[in-house]
Amino acid sequence: MKNNIKELENLATQIREEIIRMLMRAKSGHCAGPLGAVEQYIALYFGDILKYDPQNPDWSERDRVVISNGHYAPLIYAILAYAGYFDKDELKTLRKLGSRLQGHPHRLSLPGIETSSGPVGEGLAQAVGMALGLKLSGIKSQVYCLMGDGEHDCGNTWEAVMLAGKYQLDNLTILIDRNNIQIDGFTEKVMPLEPLKDKYEAFNWKVLEVDGHNIEELIRALNKAKAIFVKPVAIICNTIPGKGVNFIEGEYQWHGKAPNSQEAEEALKQLRTMKGKIKSELD
Amino acid sequence: MLNSELNLNPDIFASPQKKSMRDGFGEGLVLAGELNKDVVALCADVTDSLRMNLFKNRFPERFIELGIAEQNMAGVASGLAAAGKIPVMAAYAVFSPGRNWEQIRTSICYNQQKVIIVGSHAGLNVGPDGATHQALEDIALTRVLPHLAVVSPADALEAKKAILKAIDYPTSVYLRLSREVSPILTTDDTPFTIGRSLVFWLPDQTKEFSGITIFVSGYLVFEALKAAQELKKEGIEIAIINNSAIKPLDKELILDWAKKSKAIITIEEHQIAGGMGSAISEFLSENHPLPIHFMGVNDAFGESGQAQELIHQYHLDQEAIKNKVKEILKI
Repeated sequence: MKNNIKELENLATQIREEIIRMLMRAKSGHCAGPLGAVEQYIALYFGDILKYDPQNPDWSERDRVVISNGHYAPLIYAILAYAGYFDKDELKTLRKLGSRLQGHPHRLSLPGIETSSGPVGEGLAQAVGMALGLKLSGIKSQVYCLMGDGEHDCGNTWEAVMLAGKYQLDNLTILIDRNNIQIDGFTEKVMPLEPLKDKYEAFNWKVLEVDGHNIEELIRALNKAKAIFVKPVAIICNTIPGKGVNFIEGEYQWHGKAPNSQEAEEALKQLRTMKGKIKSELD
Repeated sequence: MLNSELNLNPDIFASPQKKSMRDGFGEGLVLAGELNKDVVALCADVTDSLRMNLFKNRFPERFIELGIAEQNMAGVASGLAAAGKIPVMAAYAVFSPGRNWEQIRTSICYNQQKVIIVGSHAGLNVGPDGATHQALEDIALTRVLPHLAVVSPADALEAKKAILKAIDYPTSVYLRLSREVSPILTTDDTPFTIGRSLVFWLPDQTKEFSGITIFVSGYLVFEALKAAQELKKEGIEIAIINNSAIKPLDKELILDWAKKSKAIITIEEHQIAGGMGSAISEFLSENHPLPIHFMGVNDAFGESGQAQELIHQYHLDQEAIKNKVKEILKI
C-alpha cells in the first residue's frame, strides 16, 4: 500500500479540517454527515481500492463511484482535490456563484463526479444501471455506491436493492454510512431501519459490518467485497456523525448546518490536537 | 386537401389499415436493436402490452425487467447511459413520467444522460380502464425539463420512425404513445424528424383560405383530418399541422402558418394547461400574437368508456372540431 494507516489517519484529519473551513466560508451546507464519513472515502480513494486516474477521469476501465447522498459534497470535493482531480485552492469556492463546487455535486461541472446527486434515494438505482451496463459491455470495473442510512426510507432505494439482488451484481459494492441521524432526528425514531443487515441479506446481498472510523477495517472489508462473487455487497459502516468535533458528534441538529467562525475555530483546534492523529504543524 | 408532397396514406378516408402506436414502437425498437448494439430496453411489468416482447425475445440479454418500479427504471436507465448504453425505458405514461418525474429530472435530465422515455397509454383513448390510467398531464411534465425533447407521433408508422430517430437524437427524448388502434395516416415514405412538424392538410390554393390553422397531435390528427374533409365540402378551407414536435417546436413552420392565419386552434388529448397548445401559445404570444383556441381536457380527469365515446364526450372528435372552426368563423 502506498500509504500506511498512520498516514491515512492524518489525511483523514486534514480532510476534516478542509470540511470545516469550506463550510465556514460557504456559511451553509451539511456538517455532521461529511465529518463522520471521512474514513470511508479515505479507504476507498487512498487505500489502494479504487481504480482511478485523475489525469484521465473518463478512462473507460475506471471504477465508478456513485455518491447517493449528495449533501456530503464538501467531503467529496476535499477528497477529489486531495486525489488530484483539481487544485485544493478551488475548495474555497464551495457554493459560490459560478463555482464548479455546486451545493450538491453536478456531474458536468467537476471531473471525478460520476452522477449529479442531492435528492437521496436515487444513487443506488444509477449504480445498479452502471453495474448492469458494464457487465453487458464486458468491462471489469467495480461500481461503488456511497449512501446514507436515512435514504433507506425511500422506496426507490429498495427497488434498486431488489434489482441488484435479482441480477446478482457482484461488481457492485455499497458503503452505508450508518450514523443513525437524519434531518428530523434519530433514524430509529423517524423511521426504524433495523434490522438493516437482515433486510439486505433477505434481498440476496452479502453484508459486511465495520467500524466506520477504522481505516484498516474498512480497507479489509473493501478488499473482501472484491473477492465476493455472485452477490452484490453492502458494507454497513457504523459511524458517529460529526466525528472529531465534540459539539457536533452525535447531534442530529448538525445534519444540515454549517459552523460559524467561532465554532469553526473551536472545531479546528480540536481536530489539530486529536490524540494519535496530530497533524504536523510544519505542513 | 391532403398534402401531396408528404406521401401520406392515400386510403386515409377510405378504409385505412388500423394499428396502435405501441405496435409501431415495438417494431421500431427491434429495428433499433439490430442497428445499434448499445440499445438496451427497460420495462416495468408491461412488456407485452408495450410490445417490448419483440425486443425481449430477440435480444434477451439486452432487456431488463424491473418489475413495477418506474422510479428505479429511470435511475437504472441513467446508470446504463453512463456506462455507454442507449436505454429505452417504457411504461404507461401515468407512471413514467408520472410517478418517476423527479428521477427523470435529476438522474436523467440534470445528469444529461441520454435516455429514451416512452410513455404509452397517453390520452383518453385508453378507454375503459378509466381516469387512473389515462395520462393527460405527461406533456406538461416533460416539456418543462431541460435536455429533454417531447415527441407525439400521430400513427403507428410515425411511432416506429420516432423511436429510430430518438436513438440518434442528441438529448433524451420523451415519446408519447396511444393505446388504441388508429388509422395509418402516413407511409414509409412520409418524412419524420424530431423537432419538425408537417402540414398534413393544405387549403386549396384555388379557393379562399378561411384563415384557420389547426395544430393537432397524436391520436386526434385523424379526427382533425376528417373535420377538414367535411368542412371542405361546405366550402371552408383550413390548414392542419400534425404537430408531433412539441419540444423543440418547429418554430419556423408555426410562425409561417400563424402569419397566414387569423386564428389558430390547438387540439390535444391532454390537459389544456401546460400541453402542446400552451407551448404554441407561449411561442406565438411573443412572436406573432393572434387568437388561439385550445381544445383539450379542461382541468378535469377522464372516465371509463370506449375510446371514441370519450373523444366525443370531451368534445375532441371531428364534430367538435368542425363546430369550433365554424364558431370562430361565425358561420
